[in-house]
Amino acid sequence: MHFRLDDEQRQFAAALDGMLTAAGTPAVVRAWAAGDPAPGRALWTRLAEAGVFGLAVPERHGGFGPLPAELVVSFVALGRHAVPGPLVETVAAAALLDRLGAADEHAEAPGVWLPGIASGKTAATLCRTADSPYALDADTADAVFVLDDDALHRAESAGPVQPSADSARRLARPGPGTVLAQGPAVVAAAGHAARTAALATAAQALGLGRALLEATVAHARQRTQFGVAIGSFQAVKHRLADTLVALEFAEPLLYAAALALPGDPAEAERAVAAAKVSACEAACTAARAALRIHGAVGYTEELDLSLWIRKARCLRTAWGTPADCRARVLRPAPAPSERSAAR
Amino acid sequence: MDLDFTAGQDAFRAEARDWLRAHVPAAPLPSLETAEGFAAHREWERTLADGRWSVVSWPARYGGRDCSLLEWLIFEEEYYAAGAPGRVGQNGINLLAPTLFEHGTEEQRARVLPPMADGSVVWAQAWSEPEAGSDLASLRSTAVRTDGGWLLSGQKTWSSRAAFADRAFGLFRSHPDADRPHRGLTYLMFPLDAEGVTVRPIGRLDGKPAFAELFLDGVFVPDEDVIGEPGQGWRVAMSTAGNERGLTLRSPGRFTAAAGRLAALWHARAGAGDAGTPSDTALRDRVADAVIGARAYQLFGYASATGASGGTAASSLNKVFWSELDIALHETALDLLGPLGELSDAADEAPAHGAWAEGHTFALAGPIYAGTNEIQRDIIAERLLGLPKGRR
Repeated sequence: MHFRLDDEQRQFAAALDGMLTAAGTPAVVRAWAAGDPAPGRALWTRLAEAGVFGLAVPERHGGFGPLPAELVVSFVALGRHAVPGPLVETVAAAALLDRLGAADEHAEAPGVWLPGIASGKTAATLCRTADSPYALDADTADAVFVLDDDALHRAESAGPVQPSADSARRLARPGPGTVLAQGPAVVAAAGHAARTAALATAAQALGLGRALLEATVAHARQRTQFGVAIGSFQAVKHRLADTLVALEFAEPLLYAAALALPGDPAEAERAVAAAKVSACEAACTAARAALRIHGAVGYTEELDLSLWIRKARCLRTAWGTPADCRARVLRPAPAPSERSAAR
Repeated sequence: MDLDFTAGQDAFRAEARDWLRAHVPAAPLPSLETAEGFAAHREWERTLADGRWSVVSWPARYGGRDCSLLEWLIFEEEYYAAGAPGRVGQNGINLLAPTLFEHGTEEQRARVLPPMADGSVVWAQAWSEPEAGSDLASLRSTAVRTDGGWLLSGQKTWSSRAAFADRAFGLFRSHPDADRPHRGLTYLMFPLDAEGVTVRPIGRLDGKPAFAELFLDGVFVPDEDVIGEPGQGWRVAMSTAGNERGLTLRSPGRFTAAAGRLAALWHARAGAGDAGTPSDTALRDRVADAVIGARAYQLFGYASATGASGGTAASSLNKVFWSELDIALHETALDLLGPLGELSDAADEAPAHGAWAEGHTFALAGPIYAGTNEIQRDIIAERLLGLPKGRR
């Protein structure tokens, strides 16, 4: 057992983090929210060059995946910098198409879309109608995939944007489209895609929480009241300590879920659900601490912190509400016969 | 990155499981916080030692198996999954032994560790005093130099297991003129039946004498029972304080086993065959949180055992996490049990022979002992987050 990141994974995380720090993501987020996706798409291309999307695409379609642990590493970094766009949905679509291609070698969609996803040319979005009627960033995505029961559609259009509480998350209902695939293989692939999405969302939430904690610790060290740094007060310290505890114990669940993702679907479902609810709760704990400890300035839109605080709330319900996730954790292990049928 | 066990580790797990299946008493032992239960638990320590399972992480020459931290975690998972008794020797094994490994002499280790391993000598911790709880460095009990040793005087309190234990280890002020309170302390071991020692048992929340006050009046301790250098007691104590707060005091296996039993209780309540649709989703969420928390702690332990950096401050994260998980888990169980949940472990009809009630009472102490969670949060904030020190 080696349950920790290796040197290469750490270097990948550090390289992404350095690139995203230099990119100055708050301005990119604000442009994206205002309906100008150009800076976001430029960053998207650089993320593709760094290999982020290739992690979800198999080699024969131009990627080097699937590599779930590295996917988690990259989404923690993306969350840390609150990068906008249908990142989760693009890698979930890649997971979906990869599985469909594996189930049916004559399927056309994987060869059509996966190379573009790996190279960064294609930003895809995806929604599963059983989970949500909205597709993230459907107004600007190059492909809008819809999972409806046992069918995969590609929507030709999207409805008007319904602003999210996180203004960088542009939600819209997909319009009518054409059926790309249908049947049990779609159902199985859809489950895997949804788990991939939940895992990537959880990783994003963890990164978001880490960034919120760091920003708040920095604030608590420099902000003085009553003649001393507010970070010297126990009321402040303990809140931040609890935030760190929540983040530290969510992280191993994330990597365990990444390791479980390719395997038995029922086990993967439980592991991903545990990671999703824990990481999202930790991010929300961090967001509340950040808001409270920054005081009134934390409650302003002007401070970039707002971009992180608002996203934490939205990730909590995206791709699996807390109640859904907790119910999944307790779902009993299926009988062996059921288990082999699911494979 | 992987979570795979080697064939050797799987074989070790199987060996532990088989032994435990053959030896764990069918009926739970009486509470170890009673005279009768203490004796029964001491007997169990002997059985464990006979199988060489009492101190698996120790070197073989002291009765252990030279297990790695990961193997110890495996053993602990099996131990608690098997429903094996609580460890009456835990204060010695978890707190004193690591101190002896780090600061003791070979003579002390050879003399003290084997009888600790088989339960023939059970140890109590004598750190806290009436005026020195969280502010341990302000302790007042004294060790005065005498011919060939030290004379201990003063009062210790909240000394776990001391009502029935054989010996105790603790900190005493030996150099009253030292410039700082935490300088001038000495770490000593002493017998609880020595002349000049008075033990007054204290009833914990449910009345069981789980700890005691110790009154010391000129108790002679020979030089051979000083651990480390005289005057260096604080450093000796703090270097292993992480053992008390971290993984090794309350192993993840305790919580994965308890969470497994909680989930089983919930599934049974939700109805056989239809466990996916419980009647109370609020309780379901709490059960799920206990299962998730236990798994998170288990994984955190695996990460620690396979190379993640640890340290005393990191053990504070563990302490806050497991102690709060333990309370939440047991409160959820008692709520699930409904009217039976209030039955004490003394009640004939208490579910699971009173294990939930006993576990709940035990859990309530978790955020207090081994350094309160408030102190742990200060440590986390100051040493891990880098926040400035302030008034406590």
